Amino acid sequence: MAGNTVQLDSKTLWGGKESPFQTSYGKLMMWFFLVSDALTFSGLLVAYGFVRHDTLEAWPIGEETFNSLPFLGHGYPLIYVALMTFILIVSSVTMVLAVEAGHRMDKKGVVKWMIATIIGGFFFLGSQVWEWSHFIHGSEFGRIELMDGSEAIVKGHFGEIKNFTVLESGLHHKKGDVITDDLMHTFQHAAKEGHIEKGGKIHLHDGSVAQVNKARDHDLELTIKMISSDSKRNIGDKIDGKEAEKLYYASLYSGTPKVTYGAPWFEDGEHWLPTKNEYGPQQYAHFFFFITGFHGFHVFSGVLINILIFIGVVKGTYHKRGHYEMVEKTGLYWHFVDLVWVFVFTFFYLV
Amino acid sequence: MERDDLIEYSLNTHHSEEHGKALRKKILKVTLLLTVITAVEVALGAYIKQSSGVWIYVKWTFIALTLLKAGYIVMVFMHLGDERKWMRNVILLPYAGFILYLIFIALTEALAVGDAWSGVAI
Repeated sequence: MAGNTVQLDSKTLWGGKESPFQTSYGKLMMWFFLVSDALTFSGLLVAYGFVRHDTLEAWPIGEETFNSLPFLGHGYPLIYVALMTFILIVSSVTMVLAVEAGHRMDKKGVVKWMIATIIGGFFFLGSQVWEWSHFIHGSEFGRIELMDGSEAIVKGHFGEIKNFTVLESGLHHKKGDVITDDLMHTFQHAAKEGHIEKGGKIHLHDGSVAQVNKARDHDLELTIKMISSDSKRNIGDKIDGKEAEKLYYASLYSGTPKVTYGAPWFEDGEHWLPTKNEYGPQQYAHFFFFITGFHGFHVFSGVLINILIFIGVVKGTYHKRGHYEMVEKTGLYWHFVDLVWVFVFTFFYLV
Repeated sequence: MERDDLIEYSLNTHHSEEHGKALRKKILKVTLLLTVITAVEVALGAYIKQSSGVWIYVKWTFIALTLLKAGYIVMVFMHLGDERKWMRNVILLPYAGFILYLIFIALTEALAVGDAWSGVAI
């Protein structure tokens, strides 16, 4: 307490009239709300811990699952989440500076730092949109079920698809046509359905058959994540080089569905949460969407509340009131959102 | 009707220009500290494999660093360190007690369920 630190004995404090905590009603209630909200988030994270500990399947590893950056591709483990964490920490700092300016009745300072906080909040939400989209779409290789029934995740550089040359005419494409648009999407869709045959013959929706012309992949590496009873492999085994390429394409071009890309939400038109995902057990994706989604919802409402309070600051409502406690209270909520992310970062991405 | 017996606690947190300067310095220090801790966490996570023998220590380091970060956020950014001692206790103690127990019981049960599924005799 900066302004007027008064030594009070317990008789005065607890004797009525005074607040024993020397705090206003609103601030105390904000703290009680935050405690209850903290219990909710703890419940979610503990539930995640429960499922992770009782699962027999290999649990996804953070630095393997989250290793991409926008425009730069793969090979940057955890950098993107670290960036998101940094954005949220910085916006928490600008908020605490707004609160500090408020304690000096510096309206200009409050306005400046609150604008920075709101911008930080939007940046975080934008980052989360990219992260969700990336998680839903998955990697270029997907998760592959090998011919012996074991499942592997795949790392490496995906050779570019140049075009499809039509071998047999269908409704739209005639023999000899060269298809050059929407290649990756068509390729993954067909691979998922098992519509690509040995040698890279792709069956398109209009009934035509085409040859996939694709550059070779580089540095392919399979990591076994699940084994079947007749597989001689072990969980955690790594296969690379020519052997990896051979195993991967034997499965992908086997004519039966063996690959999963990302965590699709409407795979069969019925489920609204993924029934299968590229990264590991089904619950992993569910918890990812629920925990980061619930946190993102808090960030979103935090930004809205910050904007409302910002309008009050600009209009001078709090200046007339003689104190900026409203900024302090919304600041508490905003810091709490940052606090929760610190724990989500550790228990979802790191551990 | 105006009441003169109400105490305006909201004014308690006002401070002078000088004090604000010291506070801003402290905020800057805490910011640097939080950033460095996050960078260390990411470096550990990226370079030490979960299959390595020291992973268990890395894991506990993560948890310790997280609690340190959380402590700074709550005590400095949220000013809980400046509140009265019993307000701090009323907020932190019931929460900590309940959550520590929840973590203990949930993880113990989860391991038992996992053992049951894998057919290990308990």
